[in-house]
Amino acid sequence: MTMKDHTSQSEINDEMRAIEAEARARVDDGGAPELHPRRNYPPYRSSILRHPTHELVRVDPEEVELFSPAFGHTDVNVLESDLTIQHRGEPLGERMTVSGRVLDGEGRPVRRQLIEIWQANAGGRYVHKRDQHPAPLDPNFTGVGRVITGENGEYSFTTIKPGPYPWRNHLNAWRPAHIHFSLFGTAFTQRLITQMYFPGDPLFALDPIYQSITDPAARARLVGTYDHDLSVPEWSLGYNWDIVLTGPKATWMESEEAHD
Amino acid sequence: MTEPKPTEFIQTPSQTVGPFYGFALPYERGPELVPGRHPHAIRLHGTVTDGAGDPVPDAILELWQADETGAISREQGALDRDGFTFTGFGRAAVDQAGHFTFTTVKPGSVGGGAPYIVVTVFARGLIHHLFTRAYFPEDAEAHRRDAVLGAVPPARRATLVCVADGHPGGTPSYRFDVRLQGADETVFLDFDA
Ligand SMILES: [Fe+2]
Repeated sequence: MTMKDHTSQSEINDEMRAIEAEARARVDDGGAPELHPRRNYPPYRSSILRHPTHELVRVDPEEVELFSPAFGHTDVNVLESDLTIQHRGEPLGERMTVSGRVLDGEGRPVRRQLIEIWQANAGGRYVHKRDQHPAPLDPNFTGVGRVITGENGEYSFTTIKPGPYPWRNHLNAWRPAHIHFSLFGTAFTQRLITQMYFPGDPLFALDPIYQSITDPAARARLVGTYDHDLSVPEWSLGYNWDIVLTGPKATWMESEEAHD
Repeated sequence: MTEPKPTEFIQTPSQTVGPFYGFALPYERGPELVPGRHPHAIRLHGTVTDGAGDPVPDAILELWQADETGAISREQGALDRDGFTFTGFGRAAVDQAGHFTFTTVKPGSVGGGAPYIVVTVFARGLIHHLFTRAYFPEDAEAHRRDAVLGAVPPARRATLVCVADGHPGGTPSYRFDVRLQGADETVFLDFDA
């Protein structure tokens, strides 16, 4: 288990600001903004011993990597996209929907692929035996959902808004509310696990996992948008979040619209 | 001809799988790409360790591979385990000692190349997953012609090759340890996709 770290939030903030300033200076010098988080991000203490120190070896994907598992409706029951109906009663919390599209790097829909989500309950507690947060479990909420994307890459989940929760990265560390997302593309190289956040969270600036993405525009891509048109009167609040997988190289060979 | 890439479709950043995937990502018989009783079953197992050499008890790995003939499955239902269909995909969480075990078959050669299994590693503390490949020690001849192994500095190539470690219960066993950091750090791949 994680050791308790007594570093203060303000020390962590200083570390995060120094890294961001250095990243910004690189962009100002003509470098490309970093699209992904840094694997080596010391303010997130657990990354220190868990990132490779060698540069990744750049290679061309071969046929195996250019395909991906074929998921189908035998894998997922349609009811699994509604996390609020998995038990006898209604879960506590703000009922919400999150919906959007999964696209590749050329904006083409990622069809019939698997999305898995998991999250804490409204009190910030996971149904996981190692979660020590003294917030109550909700007998009516597990916090796991799955869906297969539609013909336009679309997906939708019904759930409750997860609560923020404490963790032991440093003293008084709190994760902003988030939903974990796991996605597959048409090529295995497009595999992605990430987290969706909620607009305006006061914990963004304090969270080393969110801040491990050094480019502010890239970080903002993880924040869903509140869309009043997706809210259902007297029922649920609607969020939109589109996800773009890497590409396009990975999708050329399967593309029906291949141009040569 | 390739069209210019529209700038508005910029990839969504990765985030760590975190510590609490255990009730969500593992699924029934996920580590068994084939049942253990399959006549050509092999065991692929190993330990995930960190830069201090300590086991990582909260990692989860995925395999993706061709079948025994070198064909890539297009069967729908990649999470299904009907006992007969080979879908080429598997997922295993490590145990408290950082150890994972898959049951699968050795893939055939795809397009004449050296057989390999794509291994993807996720873990708490790992903010962006890592891809690697597990090759087989008996294919040394084919490894000399392999483009990916050729791109790896010779001193590090062995990290991509499984070690044959016996036949427990009659099943050929291969060990593929994943060292996230350190002297024998596993080679991780960037597919430049
Ligand atoms: Fe989480």
